[in-house]
Amino acid sequence: MRNTDAVVEARREMEICNACRYCEGYCAVFPAMELRREFSNADLSYLANLCHDCRGCFYACQYAPPHEFNVNLPHAFARLRAETYREYAWPGLLAALFRRNGVIVSLIVALALAGVLLLTTTLQTPSAVYGPHTGAGAFYVVIPLGVMIAAGLATFGYSALALAMGTARFWRDTAVGLTRRADLSVWRRALSDAAALRNLSGGGFGCNDRDESFSNVRRWFHHAMFYGFVACFAATCVATIYHHVLGWIAPYPLLSVPVVLGTIGGIGLLIGTTGLLILKLVRDPVPAARELLGADVALLLLLAAVAATGLVLLALRDGAAMGILLAVHLGFVLALFLVLPYGKFVHGIYRLGALVHYAAETVPARGGARIIE
Amino acid sequence: MTDLAGSYDVLVAGGGNAALCAAITAREAGASVLLVEHAPRDFRGGNSRHTRNFRVIHAAPTATLTEAYGDDEYWDDLRRVTAGETDEVLARLTIRNSASALAWMESHGVRFQPSLTGTLSLSRTNAFFLGGGKALLNAYYRAAERLGVAIRYGAEVQEVRLRDGAVESVAVESGGRTMRTRVKTVVVAAGGFQANIDWLRQYWGAAADNFLIRGTPYAKGRVLRNLLDQDVMPIGDPTQCHAVAIDARAPKFDGGIVTRLDAIPFSIVVNREARRFYDEGEDLWPKRYAIWGRLIAQQSGQIAYAITDAKALTLFMPSMYPAITGATIDEIAGKLALDRTALGQTVRAYNTAVRPGPFDDKILDGCRTDGLTPAKSHWAQRIDTPPYIAYPLRPGITFTYLGVKVDDRARVVMRNGERAKNLFAAGEIMAGNILGRGYLAGFGMTIGTVFGRIAGTEAARHAQH
Repeated sequence: MRNTDAVVEARREMEICNACRYCEGYCAVFPAMELRREFSNADLSYLANLCHDCRGCFYACQYAPPHEFNVNLPHAFARLRAETYREYAWPGLLAALFRRNGVIVSLIVALALAGVLLLTTTLQTPSAVYGPHTGAGAFYVVIPLGVMIAAGLATFGYSALALAMGTARFWRDTAVGLTRRADLSVWRRALSDAAALRNLSGGGFGCNDRDESFSNVRRWFHHAMFYGFVACFAATCVATIYHHVLGWIAPYPLLSVPVVLGTIGGIGLLIGTTGLLILKLVRDPVPAARELLGADVALLLLLAAVAATGLVLLALRDGAAMGILLAVHLGFVLALFLVLPYGKFVHGIYRLGALVHYAAETVPARGGARIIE
Repeated sequence: MTDLAGSYDVLVAGGGNAALCAAITAREAGASVLLVEHAPRDFRGGNSRHTRNFRVIHAAPTATLTEAYGDDEYWDDLRRVTAGETDEVLARLTIRNSASALAWMESHGVRFQPSLTGTLSLSRTNAFFLGGGKALLNAYYRAAERLGVAIRYGAEVQEVRLRDGAVESVAVESGGRTMRTRVKTVVVAAGGFQANIDWLRQYWGAAADNFLIRGTPYAKGRVLRNLLDQDVMPIGDPTQCHAVAIDARAPKFDGGIVTRLDAIPFSIVVNREARRFYDEGEDLWPKRYAIWGRLIAQQSGQIAYAITDAKALTLFMPSMYPAITGATIDEIAGKLALDRTALGQTVRAYNTAVRPGPFDDKILDGCRTDGLTPAKSHWAQRIDTPPYIAYPLRPGITFTYLGVKVDDRARVVMRNGERAKNLFAAGEIMAGNILGRGYLAGFGMTIGTVFGRIAGTEAARHAQH
């Protein structure tokens, strides 16, 4: 990374924090900081992505603005994270999509929606689009299965590749010489930290969602969203097995595994994204990085739209609106797949990478000395 | 907007740890409470903002403390650092009540971090606030607000008018207007006078102008001065203050912990004349760091420079300021504006006097100089490996010892020995009763918490009878 303003500012603040260390009980950033005396650009990139934005350190800081030292670590790290997303984007040419990301994501959503609707309504007969269809294969009358699979695989496959390349770039930059990255114990620790959002709990008492008070609301909303997403993904996987292995054709009954998982997941996504959006509106703006708000809101709204349209589709799938609802829902899903590597979603991938890095430098080696308490 | 004209049972002057403990306790006892904090909300909390831990007795290991720390050992530690300048009754009372204070703190929202393996190894004696003193203050202010304590920021108690050993009225300045209010009782928890340079100048002369104040700029000692001028019994040596060596590049006020520098045992320290003036390796740093503020205050210009070389760079905690570096001692002298010849001589004389020995920064290693005055008794290594590094140092004032005398019910004592009827004191303004000199990490917070609670209880009881 180059020495940008965000890098220089993050370094300045880390050097103050490293001379203070009062916050070491809050999250992994501080023990990781204490392992260093100097902060290379790569170190800062790692630490910025390790920060979960819980804001415990901001409210505890005797040097927070208006103090002249002006330490505002959540803000400094958020700005730097935004730069790392561009830095590691693959292909590099598309890094520009992270600038004004809210607008970009909105445009992609609009184009995907318009494209799916246009193609569906022009390529299919009106009776295929508007006629009520029920029973096995009803969805595929509107949009042929082959098209769905091809579009889904192509976009999701591309996004997975782009995310993997981004992660590889992140690791190549920040984890030079780091051993034990392949240790099972390291991964167990990192995955458990990620699954529990342990670093979003402010040392165990909750994070500062809105102000100086502690709560776990943000963490629970994120859990609802994340596990909702996972449930929806699982629903798709089960449906794939039903179709290709068991030969059961969608739509599936209300009490079938894919529909139950999808419904629970959709509700979780809706609750989580709505909660997180509200928190963004009511929170203290000082420790937040304004330039990231667009990307944050865009992904939350897109996830909420995917969930909401999916649930509406489920509710009205036996009626005449099913065709259009399906096209709208799949339009949002297509947009989501497309923006995965070029929006806020990447934070989860890099953060997991940072947690693996952290576990690799702190989890005791088998039979070895423990590095950090 | 808090109603200043309203009649309160208890007015608390100050907004730090002791003030909040008093306000919360009094409110919980049913009294109506007004807390008057001089600082604006962003800088509320006095020096408690910069604190980190709390010294507490405990019989067995807990989640936040290791091993055990009994009252006799605590008392011995206190007696040693104060060289007897303490009041045993009040000291024992504080120590005894520290355990229940810890539980009270937790029940009012203060969180502690798991016992840590820090450089000062205090995890046996001190419980560390999760996030430090400002996080503790945030918890207390929230608790106070929830209980209905009226809080006024940016308001200074200018006068606590006494008549016949009782508070008659209190004058509070806020937004350019001074209002006089009648209250039933007053708790003064307004700190020492370390941020009042004019007052420090009375004892230190012009040297005080070169002092840096590590904590809040609001500790002007106005309430303290006002009470002492009205025949309240003083306690503690007015000329004394706790002063450490901090980085000379620190701001005049409020630089806090990040400006401290632990390089001295692994350096030579020279004054403006490029001469050494004290044994840098006399004892382990935790036992010596508190003498260096005074030593530097006695040098011309109240400035000194720690100079060492590349070997020492990783031996001490980093400060927030970068080391001043040079490829030669000459270059260092140039950057520090010291006489090149004099500094060269000082370093040569020191290097010549260094005796070889096995260096160990963790123990009194006996690596010393021979035939040098002043000697360096431990950790003496030749300064010969570039890049050479230097840090400028100035006295950093933590707190003053002068205060008002109190009894075991936190009642303020008058010069004639009588107790003021409705005036109580807690925190730094009375800490000199117990900590007459020296320093014991985390003890100021213990005094503030214990006496804050006593003062709050007593004030509420007095107001309601």
